[in-house]
Amino acid sequence: MSAASPGRGVTVAPGPADGAADTGPLLSIEDLRVTYRVRGGTREAVRGVSLEVHAGQTVAVVGESGSGKSTTAHAVNGMLAPGARVTGGRITYAGQDVAALSRAGLRRLRGAEIGLVPQDPGASLNPTARVGDQIAEALVIHRIASRRDAAGHALRLLAEVGIDRPELRARQFPHELSGGMRQRVLIAIAIAAGPRLLIADEPTSALDATVSRRVLDHLAGLSAEHGIALLLITHDLAMAAERADRIVVLREGQVVEQGDARELITSPRRGYTRDLLADTPSLRSGRLIPARERRDEGEPLLKVRGLVKTFGRAGSADAVRAVDDVGFDVGRGRTVAVLGESGSGKSTTARILLGLEHPDAGSVLLDGTELTTLGAAGLRQARRRLQIVQQNPYTSLDPRFTVRRVVAEPLRAHKIGTPRERDARVEEMLDAVALPSDLADRRPRELSGGQRQRVAIARALVLRPEIVVCDEPVSALDVTVQAQILDLLTRLQRELGVSYVFISHDLAVVRQIADEVLVMRHGAVLEHGSAEAVFAEPSHPYTRDLLAAVADPFHQPRAEHPDAADRETAR
Amino acid sequence: MAKYLASRALQALPVLLGTFTLAFVLLSVLPSDALSIKLSGSGDSALSQEEIARLRAEQGYDDPLPLQYVRQLGGLLTGDMGVSLHTGSPVVSMIGSALPHTARLAVAALLVGVTAGLVIGSLAAHARSRALRELLMSVPPLGISFPTFAVGLVLIQVVSFQWRALPSGGTDGFESLVLPALTLSLPVTATVAQIFARSLREVLDQGYIDTATAKGAGRLRLHLAHAVRNAAGPSLTATGMVIGNLLGGAVVTETVFSREGVGRLTADAVTRQDLPVVQGVVLLSALVFVVVNLLVDLTYPLLDRRVTLTEATR
Repeated sequence: MSAASPGRGVTVAPGPADGAADTGPLLSIEDLRVTYRVRGGTREAVRGVSLEVHAGQTVAVVGESGSGKSTTAHAVNGMLAPGARVTGGRITYAGQDVAALSRAGLRRLRGAEIGLVPQDPGASLNPTARVGDQIAEALVIHRIASRRDAAGHALRLLAEVGIDRPELRARQFPHELSGGMRQRVLIAIAIAAGPRLLIADEPTSALDATVSRRVLDHLAGLSAEHGIALLLITHDLAMAAERADRIVVLREGQVVEQGDARELITSPRRGYTRDLLADTPSLRSGRLIPARERRDEGEPLLKVRGLVKTFGRAGSADAVRAVDDVGFDVGRGRTVAVLGESGSGKSTTARILLGLEHPDAGSVLLDGTELTTLGAAGLRQARRRLQIVQQNPYTSLDPRFTVRRVVAEPLRAHKIGTPRERDARVEEMLDAVALPSDLADRRPRELSGGQRQRVAIARALVLRPEIVVCDEPVSALDVTVQAQILDLLTRLQRELGVSYVFISHDLAVVRQIADEVLVMRHGAVLEHGSAEAVFAEPSHPYTRDLLAAVADPFHQPRAEHPDAADRETAR
Repeated sequence: MAKYLASRALQALPVLLGTFTLAFVLLSVLPSDALSIKLSGSGDSALSQEEIARLRAEQGYDDPLPLQYVRQLGGLLTGDMGVSLHTGSPVVSMIGSALPHTARLAVAALLVGVTAGLVIGSLAAHARSRALRELLMSVPPLGISFPTFAVGLVLIQVVSFQWRALPSGGTDGFESLVLPALTLSLPVTATVAQIFARSLREVLDQGYIDTATAKGAGRLRLHLAHAVRNAAGPSLTATGMVIGNLLGGAVVTETVFSREGVGRLTADAVTRQDLPVVQGVVLLSALVFVVVNLLVDLTYPLLDRRVTLTEATR
């Protein structure tokens, strides 16, 4: 294939890719097959994937969880999980067959030729080693610098990835840095030994939107400056469209479609790509519910006033005002979204509403009942009317309970109905959240993420509460599943008239579902108004930042584009 | 730091006081007391009932228990733990002269055990072949389940009597230390190997190991520069607990190898119902536990900067 490729796809390669046209692609994956050993057999995770990355080019591999995108990426530098094996195809890097390399050969490739920017900055730095030493190590391993010189290089690299006071940071440990800074350190590690290809595996999925944008901008700048090719692994089609020259869409281990990024977004050929586009929140146009006027219906269902919560000893230097004078109303059958990044106080606010945390000041009135001063018994009664859907459907369900038991639990806890009536109610709820009844006797681990979140929603609604606090209910889910859950929540609201307090960091999600929006930062409410007003004419600069941070592939800064003659069809 | 040490010392006091009180209560509910044991032990039955009664009153055995408790506690505070019923020498000096032998044995056993445990644990965690890994991981449970005295007896039989390589007993010199130290180190090796292998396996699955691999690091570098330090915590805690248990192990080991030491002293005191000595040994082992735990907690922040001493105080 490499013999046939010169002349094809060459015009796509931008940047200072010296001699790319003569040597063919930097990385070429041909008909790759990867098999995992699973209990009682094998499972093919990658089934004949082919793609090319030219020098200096950014190629995004997009897919949902289980699509094989990460497995494909890990195969490139020989870092497959222990149970995985390449069972077919070829990976060629700069003319070398990666599979044929010895252990030592692979080690020379890693870092020096192919850098890796991992997914989770929280877990990807050694917690017991200084940041500077971890960067310098990459240089020492490849004998680019002596131990002493490497420390100096590390400082320059820290500065280059945009970290202020590098001398101080180099001596710090990872836990002393913020998430964004850690990801920058990981980028510094990845580019330290001067690789020609970077694999970025969901590099920003653990970061806040505004931070993620800055990190991606920086990554793009560095790769352009040094002519580093980028293989970007992501679930976010909008981000891929904005950042990549080419996009490869994967599903169930196979390439659905690949081609020029803009073309693939504007005129997708395959139904799956169109579905993916339609489900991507930032590309999803409009709202799931029509804009509703605030009806004059008298007293709101939930009245929150002047909430204050301080962590740490009051008056001491390390005291943090997590929630600072937060107040809002929630009307019956309406959705109020609390939008903020990590540390904004949105989760603490939710915990106060649920009575899991006591505020230092302020009041929460549910239909006239003050919740913050209730005792255990009163709170128990109140919880029949106030329920929660949590963020992570993988940990919020008891693994030993069947689905039926999970959903019936609140009924039993509140001693509602006879066993037969409870069974009927559970069936009804499972039906309402569109879970097939044959799943009722399964346990959570046998369900997919979306199915688990449906179970969590059924559990929250089984008591027929008037208000449900949804704490990031879709942020752990794939976009197509996200869209289904959001549709489900709006349908249930229509049918049951339940109100939602919707906690989220994701502006694109909030925009689809909220009637009213509170924008929070550092514990304070910066902006509060109807969703249309806040998003159409944000009054606070921070809200404008948040809006700008939503990936917007149709306003690419890149002006130049290859001519139409270069058109590669999907396989 | 000084503040932390002071607060830890304060925390240790109730532990020691509790141990002393518990030992006092347990010994005082025994049907016989120190004096009657002493009198019966001496085989001197010539004393009449009146004489015994006079002796009891003289030595304070008829005083109410609270008074006896306070008197003993007062003695303890001035460094007086009474005298042995058997030899008549002060308990403090008996323990003092036995302790260095046991300390030497314990340190040797600890060095051997921790080193062997770390090596076996590392090999087990890194072994590529499943069979080898399972073989290595089955060694520690075997080591724990094999009784110490049996190991000691086998070693004496083979190494001392058949090979005539090392002495079968005695207290003096390095040679006499080898076999008992090996015997005593076995449970240490087993515990450390098992816990270290498990934490290493966990650490090797962490993201930062992948990051280091992607830098191009080889297995040795991964192990030494990234894995060991992060996996050491649980093994350190376990080692702390094992040190406390070494005193118990020394009872068996020192008896089997007929060495002098606190273990032998304990065994003898128990068989002779030498209550003051027993009480002294109990207090000593409580003290060892407290000191070792403090040392472990002080070492933790050196391993991992996320752990701070102030957190531990709260």
